[in-house]
Formats: sequence, C-alpha cells, structure tokens
Amino acid sequence: MSELLCICLIVSQYENDLADLKNLKIRRQGTIAVVEFNQENAKVNTLSQAMMNEFVPLFTHLKNDESVRGIVVISAKPGSFIAGADINMLESAKSRDELYEMSRHGQEVMDQIEQSSKPIVAAIGGSCLGGGFEVALACHYRIALNDKRTTFGLPEVKLGLLPGAGGTQRLLRELLLSDALDLLLTGREIKPKQAKALGLIDVLVEPVGTDEDNIEHLCAIAIEKVNQKISKELRHRQPSLMENIKSKIISNRHVRNYILSQAQAKVIAQTQGLYPAPLRILDVIKQTLEHGITVGFSAEAEAFADLGMTNESKALISLFHGRTECKKNKYGKAQREVKTFAIVGADTIGSGIANVSIDKDLQVILHDSLSDSLSHGRSQIQTNYQNSVKRNRITQADYSRILSNLKCQTTFDGFDHCDFIIEAVFEDARLKQKILDQLERLIPEHCIYASNTSTISIHEIAEQSRRPEKVIGMHYFSPVEKVELLEIVRTKQTSDDTICSAVNLGLKQGKLVIVVNDGPGFYTTRLMIFACVEILSLLKEGLTPKDIDQVTRKFGFHVGLASLLDEFGIDIIAGCIYRFRKIFGELLIDSSIIQLLQIFVKHKLFGRKSGQGLYIYSKDNKKENNPKIREILKIISTEKKERSTMEHIQWRIALRLLNEAARCLEENIITSPTDGDIGAVFGLGFPPMKGGPFHFMDTFGIFNIVDLMHNYQLKYGDRFAPTQLLINMSQENKTFYP
Amino acid sequence: MAFRCSFQKGLIHLRQSNTSSIRLATTKTTTLASSSAQKQSQPSGQQQQQQRTSSPTSGTSSSNKTKSLKGLGRDVVFIDGVRTPFLTSFTSYKDLMGYHLARHALLGLVKRTKIDKSTPEYCVMGTVIQEVKTSNVAREALLSAGFPESIPGHTVTMACISSNVALASAANNIATGQNEAVIAGGVEYMSDVPIRYPRSMRKLMLSLNRAKSTPQRLGLITKMLSVKNFTPEAPAIAEFSTGEIMGQSADRLAAAFNVTRREQDEYAQRSHKLAQEAAEKGHLDDIVPMHIPGAEDVVSRDNGVRVSTLEQMSKLKPAFIKPHGTVTAASSSFITDGASASLVTSVEKAKELGLKPKAYLRRYIFTSQDPKDQLLLGPTYATAKLLEQAGLTLNDIDVFEFHEAFAGQILANLKALNSDYFAQKYLNRSSKVGEIPLDKFNVWGGSLSLGHPFGATGVRLVTTAANRLIKENKRLALVAACAAGGQGHAMLVERYQ
Repeated sequence: MSELLCICLIVSQYENDLADLKNLKIRRQGTIAVVEFNQENAKVNTLSQAMMNEFVPLFTHLKNDESVRGIVVISAKPGSFIAGADINMLESAKSRDELYEMSRHGQEVMDQIEQSSKPIVAAIGGSCLGGGFEVALACHYRIALNDKRTTFGLPEVKLGLLPGAGGTQRLLRELLLSDALDLLLTGREIKPKQAKALGLIDVLVEPVGTDEDNIEHLCAIAIEKVNQKISKELRHRQPSLMENIKSKIISNRHVRNYILSQAQAKVIAQTQGLYPAPLRILDVIKQTLEHGITVGFSAEAEAFADLGMTNESKALISLFHGRTECKKNKYGKAQREVKTFAIVGADTIGSGIANVSIDKDLQVILHDSLSDSLSHGRSQIQTNYQNSVKRNRITQADYSRILSNLKCQTTFDGFDHCDFIIEAVFEDARLKQKILDQLERLIPEHCIYASNTSTISIHEIAEQSRRPEKVIGMHYFSPVEKVELLEIVRTKQTSDDTICSAVNLGLKQGKLVIVVNDGPGFYTTRLMIFACVEILSLLKEGLTPKDIDQVTRKFGFHVGLASLLDEFGIDIIAGCIYRFRKIFGELLIDSSIIQLLQIFVKHKLFGRKSGQGLYIYSKDNKKENNPKIREILKIISTEKKERSTMEHIQWRIALRLLNEAARCLEENIITSPTDGDIGAVFGLGFPPMKGGPFHFMDTFGIFNIVDLMHNYQLKYGDRFAPTQLLINMSQENKTFYP
Repeated sequence: MAFRCSFQKGLIHLRQSNTSSIRLATTKTTTLASSSAQKQSQPSGQQQQQQRTSSPTSGTSSSNKTKSLKGLGRDVVFIDGVRTPFLTSFTSYKDLMGYHLARHALLGLVKRTKIDKSTPEYCVMGTVIQEVKTSNVAREALLSAGFPESIPGHTVTMACISSNVALASAANNIATGQNEAVIAGGVEYMSDVPIRYPRSMRKLMLSLNRAKSTPQRLGLITKMLSVKNFTPEAPAIAEFSTGEIMGQSADRLAAAFNVTRREQDEYAQRSHKLAQEAAEKGHLDDIVPMHIPGAEDVVSRDNGVRVSTLEQMSKLKPAFIKPHGTVTAASSSFITDGASASLVTSVEKAKELGLKPKAYLRRYIFTSQDPKDQLLLGPTYATAKLLEQAGLTLNDIDVFEFHEAFAGQILANLKALNSDYFAQKYLNRSSKVGEIPLDKFNVWGGSLSLGHPFGATGVRLVTTAANRLIKENKRLALVAACAAGGQGHAMLVERYQ
C-alpha cells in the first residue's frame, strides 16, 4: 500500500516536472501519450537548445510511465513540424569541440527515441526539415499530411553543414544509396507524395479543411496507427520487387564505389570544389559503407564539427540570415493595397514581372505598343506556366485561372483604375521620361509609378514629374522568374508610402527586396560596371573571354563574368561606362576602355541579343569563341605585362568589386552590409560561399584587403586606391558585421 | 364555377388550420400567412378572385420589406412526377441508350397525368454524361415518345443537380407567363459512356477527313500507328478544377466534421432500410414499370436497395482514401441508370385541364462555394440562404428530401447546419441554422439506396417531397442537393390544397 502511494507521489512529481516544459506539451489519450511540439514565442518550431533539453526528461518519463503504451509526436503549429535546427544555436558554438558535443548529444537524443520500447509515431504536418526530419526518421512510423506546406528535406548542405544528429546514417538505412545521396548533396525539399514513393513516409493523410481540423485529423489517425502498432497489426512497408533488386545491385561494392565516384565528380563539376560540405558528406557515407554504422556516427559528428568551423559554412549562414531579413517587411503596410497594376513594355523583363505577379492574385495589365512584342511576351508567360503544368506543379485548371489575371493590350485602356505602374521599356532616358509624362495624365491620383531600369537614374526619369513623391525605381533582374532579387531605388523625393507599396508588391511577388538610394547604377549595376571595366582591361592585356570565365567561375561565380556581360548587353554597359566616366572621372575608367567599347558597338557586338558579343551565339543556344574579338583585341592590345596568375586576375576583379561595395555603403547608396551582401549574391551571382562582399571582407580581414589594394594601386594605378571607409575601418580594426 | 367555389372553400379551410399551426411555431409573418388571413375574412368566391388578381401588385410592393415563400411572378404548380425504376448500371438497362429511358419516363408521365401529348409546350431535361449522338436528349426523347413535333426541348447540365435546373427553368417559364405547361425531367445512362481516342489520335482522324490526296491520307494513317494513339480515354471522374475525385473529397469532409465510419455505416443502413420499407408499403408509386425489349419480366423496382448488417458493412475497405479513410462502397451512392419526368403548369392551366396539382413550387436557390474542401456542402449553403430569403426556420419545414451522395456527406451537412461555428465562419449568420429532425428526413430512402442517376435525381427528390407531403398530410417541404464543382441547390415545395 505504502509502495503504491510512493509510486503515485513519484508520478505526480514527474507530472509536475513536465508541466514546466515550455516547448513540448504532453496530452494523454487513453494509453497513448501525444507529445506536441510548440516552441514558445515562435511562428515555427526549431530544434533549439531549449527544446532539445526538454526531450530527455520527457522521453525518460514516458519510458518509465507504465500506463503509457505508445507515443505520438506532432506539431501544434500548422505548417511547421520542425523546420530544422536552430541556427542561432549553431552559431553560439564557439569551438569545434562544442559543435562535436552538440552533434553527439543530438545523436544520443535521436537514439533514445529510436530505442524506445514503446512505439513512437511521427505525425508530420508542415515543413519537416533538417533536424526535424532527423527526429521523424528516428521515429518508428511516419504519417504525413499531404498538403502544399508539408515538405521533407535535409537542407544542411545549403548551410555548408551536414545533418549532425544521425541523419546521414538513418537516411542511408531507409533509402537506396542513390536517393540518399540526392537528398543529402542537393539539400532539396521533396513533397509528401515523393517521400511516400521513396519509402520515407508510411501513410499519407489527406487534409480535411482548416489548419486546426487538419492537425486534429492527423493526430486521430496517428493514434489509430500507434494502437495498431501496439497490437502488432501494423508492419513496415515491404520493399517492392524492383526496390529489392535495386538494393541488391547497389550493395555490390563495385557498383557502390561507382555511384560514389560519379557523385563526387558531379559535385566537383558543379561547385568547382569550392564547397567543402558535399565532399565531406560523401566521405562520411563512404566510411559508413565500409566500416559500419558505429564508425559512421562518429564520422558524422566529426564532419559536423569540422564543417561548422569552416568559413564557407559561416558565410552561407550569414546569407541565410540576410535572406530572412530581406523577406521580411521592414516598411509596414502601405496605405492602399495594390490590386491592379500595369506593366508597360512586354519584353523579357516586362513579361517576367507579369509572370511572377499573376499567380499571386494580382490583376495585371501587360502593355506594349507593338503587338508583336506583346504576343511574344504573352507566349513567354504561357510557356512558363505550361511547363509548370507539365511538371505537375499546377493543374490545367490552375493554369487557366492564373492566366485569366493577365490582360495584354496595346492601348492604355483601364490605366485609370491601376494602383501601380511598372514601366519596363528599353533603357533610354528620353523614352522613359516621355512615357512617365504620358501616363501621369492617365493614371489616378493614388497610383504609384515605378520604372524598371538597371542604369538610368530615377532622379533623371522623374525630372519632369508632376508628383515625384510617387515615382520610384524597381530594378528586376532577368530572368525575373528565376532571379530572386529586387532592387528598389528611392529618390530624395520618394515618399515613405510609395516605398512601402513597392516593397509590399515585391514581397508579394516572392522577391528578396533591398531598398537602395538613387545614384549612378544604384548598387548592383554599379558593382558590375566596375568589375566590367577591370575585365575589359584584362581583355586588353591579352586574356580571352574564356580565360575570364574560367577564372571567375573558379572564384565562385556561378556564371562566368564574361558570359554575364554578353547577357547584360554590351551596348548598355558601354552607355553606362560613358556616363560613369563623367561622374567618377578618368582615374577609375581608362580612356582606352572607351575606345575598346566603341569598337564593340561599331561592330554590333552587343552580346546574346545581337547574336554575338564576347562569344558567338548560334540558334540552338550554344556559344563559341568569337574570332572577331580576337582580331579586335590583337589590334588594340597593350604591351603584355608578365602573364598574370589566376589568383592575380581574381583579385583584380574582386578588389574593384569590394572597393566599390564599400564605397556604396560609404555614400549611403545601400543602408546596411546585409543589403549589400544579398544584392551582390542574389543579383550578380557573387560567390555565395564567400557570403557577399562585406562578409568576405570581414572574414579575410579588412586590414588585409586594404593592404592588397595598396599593392595593386602601386602596380596598376589609382583605380585600386581603397576608399576612405575601408582605410578607417582597418585602422580602427572594425568589421562590417558585429 | 360552382365546383371552383367549393374547391376554394375547402382550400381556405385547410389553410386556416395550417396557418394557425405555423403561427404557433414562428412569429415571423410571411405574406402567404397574411394573404390567407385576408382570404379568411372574405369567404366569398368572387371577392377572393379579386383578391387574387390584386395580390401580385401588393406582393411586389412589399417584397422588399417582408420576406415571402413566394418568389416573383405567377404561382407554379407541380402536377406529378414519375420515373423509371433506378437500376445499377450494367444490369437490365445495359443494352439501351439514355434516350430510351427518358422516353419511357415521358410516356409514363403522360399515362399518369392523362394529359394529351400536345398539352406540354416545352420540355427541359437534365443530364451529366452526354451521349454524343443525342446531345440534346430532351428533344430526342420527345420525338421518340411520339410527342408533336411542335414541342421544343432543351437539355441542361449542372452535375448532380441538373434536373433541379430543368425544374427551375420550367418553373421560370411558367412564372413569367411564357408557357402554361412544361415538362421537366432528367436522364442518366452510365452503362455506356463515351470513351474516346486520345487527343493526338482524334487530331489525326479529323485531319484525315480534310486530307485531299491519297498520299496525304497515307501519311496521316502511318502517323496513327502507335500504341499511344490506341489507348482509350474514359470520361474524367475527377473534379476538373482541383483534380480530386469526389469520393476522396467526401472522405475528407467526413473527417473534417468528425463523422465516424460507424455513423456513416449506420446512416447508409438506415437509407436502405427505409427505401425497402417504402417500396414494400407502396410509397414509391412514382416508378413507372418498364418492359425492356427482349426481356421476360417487367422491371418494376429499383434494384440497388440492399439492407445489409453493420458487420457486413464494417468489413469493407475504404474506397477512396486508403488505408484509413471512412467512406466505403456501402456508404456511397452507386452508379445508376434512370430517368425522371414531371409536369409543371400554371394554376389556371391545371384547372383548365382538370388536373389536381400535388404541390406549389416555391422559392428555389442555387449556391456555390469552395470546390476543394467544401465540395459537397452545397445543401448547407443553399438551405441557410433559402430559409433566410423566405423568412423561415427549420421548424417550419415538415418534410426534408436531401440528395444523399455519400452518407458522410449527409452527416457532415447535418452537422454543419447545426454548428454555430460554421454558421458564423462561412454562412455569414449569427447562429446555426439548426438541427434537422431525422424523423422528417429522407424517410422513404434516398440516393444511397434508391440510386443516383445524376441527371434524374432532382426530379425524383421533388416528386418524393410532394408525395410525402400528401401522404403525411403536411404543408411545407425542403429539397436540397449538392453537386460537383462545389455547388448546391434548395427548393421549397408547398402542398397544393
């Protein structure tokens, strides 16, 4: 009797302990315990230190509680099971040892879940990524809500890491080697249906209505499954015959090694070997396959600790933060929500803007004065969405509904009802001014006028405007559907509400938004032009475009910079450079460069749009070396200095980029280093593993950068002179990021 | 004239007793109640005649303020409705065509109402899966049934409420005075559906038609020679806009409203039991027995009614969401062949023909909502809105006839109607519509047991509602149905006395 009392006391004490849990809630349904993830003060659940710390006492309690026979884990937050590890927790680790411990601890917790003698069913609704996916993998049975927000994936590789809580090992156990590698190395997210097909999910649950209903329904089915699991009615899915055959083949050592070496070759080809994480993941997998799972677990922890200390990982995490920052609306709500807007100019950019808007329930008028370019724009949009239908992203009915939000017209009908205008005509200041003038007579009082331009100052466009406070620049990047960045340009007169409205529209279109102040070339174009000038002088010194591409790709640019010039249009670049020369002076831009550009323009070597530029473009989108360029360069090339090393060339281009980025911050073109990094990485393709110009300078040391610049200044002239901000910072030993 | 007077006196007497009972139930005054109160104080037949002629003007002037059972226009009466026996597809009807069934329903209607075939001025029919040869099946059925060539007919479609649309258009034609007598019906024939060549093949075949020279034709024919081109394409059963099969949506709906498997099985069982009872008691006299050419016996009963035990039903596996869904073959309506027809006229025409109408067709409504998560909640939306427009509550309704697509769908609708939360969130009402008493609900079986020929069910519902009003000696019936595309329909049927 007294014993019983004692047990009761202990139990109630446990319950008391559990009542203190802040991130995990426990609920009883008969003999089943339902554990709810509900991180306090957060929109999504993450595997934070606080939550991890609550795992151990909770699961010990459930283990000891005789009345509990099975466990369901579920999230109380709709749309998020566990969205991954808490990145702040990773960053707070100061040393490799700490990271190693963290990984080991994670592995132990997962192990405890897996070793539980009571069946644990994971009921997954919402994003189940990284650490969350590892938790799910450790459970004995997984059911998932089949809705759009539920995704699975191990995105650690995108942060320069690997799943450190046994994820690599469990994924390898659950999946075929090739599928496991695919998920681990790309970090891509998969939908519930794909997860089910791969065998990661045992049962799909169809959503039934509202979020609350869905969670309740999911939980009810999970409880049913636990009960079946307890009564041993439920078995794991048996692999199909094909899967058995495949796994037999893959378990052969030679096949296995072949797959691994192929994966390695592919990783190196795609990343130039600049990212350590995928290579290390391959290494861990190799060790596991050769020496078994115990070695595998420690290899995983070692790799996690090593990777966590790399600059690449730190850079990628910094970008991740920046990205989150630029997805947030820092400017508040606009006075009027934009419902209908018009795009003037239906070339690639104009129709690209329409493309990213019509599926967001915005009514879009696409205008072009020429019916040819209008229909070209329309078919560009149609093709894009037809492709989505083909890839099963949307249904045919969705397609029709989305396209019905688009009106294509050659007149200005209906412009008097627009809330917003985006003008996206050819880069010509006069033309832009003319259209602004024409439209300002038509559009209603509240309507905001945005000009999509990459080079022309918004002040200049708004010169004659009757209401300059409603004029703003919105610099989209081609192809608009793929490039995430949107650079919003404010003038001195632009009102705050206009900025709000533009930012809101951009975010609605799914863009990463940076707001910059007006200036020559704003931020991104200015950086590119300065890199361009250096590339042109390198060409003049006898390098081929191919060399430039190779060297910049090795530096980490996804697209070689010479190719980028062709994409951008050399005529536009030439126009910019002429203008910049007037502003920034000859010191920065050599007169021989102007001469070179004039020859290019004379020969109509504009880049992809005219069929040839630095390369020749054939109709089937292949590019080849352009012999004309070689001839031109032969005539114009200056005396050859000593053949530069690759590093040398990289530094010449990079230093000018970095210097200019710093100068933009100095001149208050950009307002924060974060904006600068995001703009350079997502707009120009600055190497992500370097984290953007500012992060890179911080990592490399501003002092070292300034030192290098001084060296190059001596060698190549004053265009390499570091800007005052950098000199000051290096003297004060400051960094851009705290 | 003498007959008319006594007839109307009888009517007044009955209405008097009815109105007092309504007043007890609800304090809301409908113009119907007030007009009958007026009639009550003026018992003379002639005076009433005047009253009647003056009532439309007073009705229209007050229609904005007080709500009314009656819509605008003339009164529409439902003379009678008939149907073929509803048979599971691929049974006795399997060698016929859709228009055969429709023809039989039309002939049955003529026989039942004893009208001359030249009486109807128009015919509207509903259908869902069209036979391409008879795409306007209403006209083909009229012609094949020997109706005069001067009667036009058109065919409408609105998924499972197609013949409700047919009835509604017929009623409109009467109310606006365009016609005096209209046939409304519907037909569905699923034993044969158009199965097509794939689009690529159809394209080639069509261009073959237009090819001018032999080499051209040969070229096209050689292009046809691929397996892909000979893979047939059945009519889509999935909702076009969402890509979802209706059964799956029903299963999700049941889950959303916490309708258990057991509840569904019990409801399905109830439907079958009641249908069997009704058939045995002879309530289902809207059926017109049909002789199928070449067969020995006459088909005179619906063949889908099958009362099974709950144990048998509980053994079935879920039909749509596997493995944990709750909707099974037993709790879903099955694929059915059948046709129905009804005669709708103006009051004057009925009198002229000496027909005794069964009911007035009063207000009706069509609604639509989210085709994904609320695909089958049409009856809830339609009921709520129609009652509000007519100024009635569920208490005023004596007879409920709802289309049963799935047991889970019916139970979800009943729960939605009885939920304050749902009413506030989706119906824009301050409180729930209310609970429908099951003893007034589909007591002669429903689509789950009798069968559900998509295009013909609507007329069956109204006919049954009218017949029940007479048999149970009640006044007001509510018919409601759901349909693919997230649409709903409801109609008020008042007994004619």
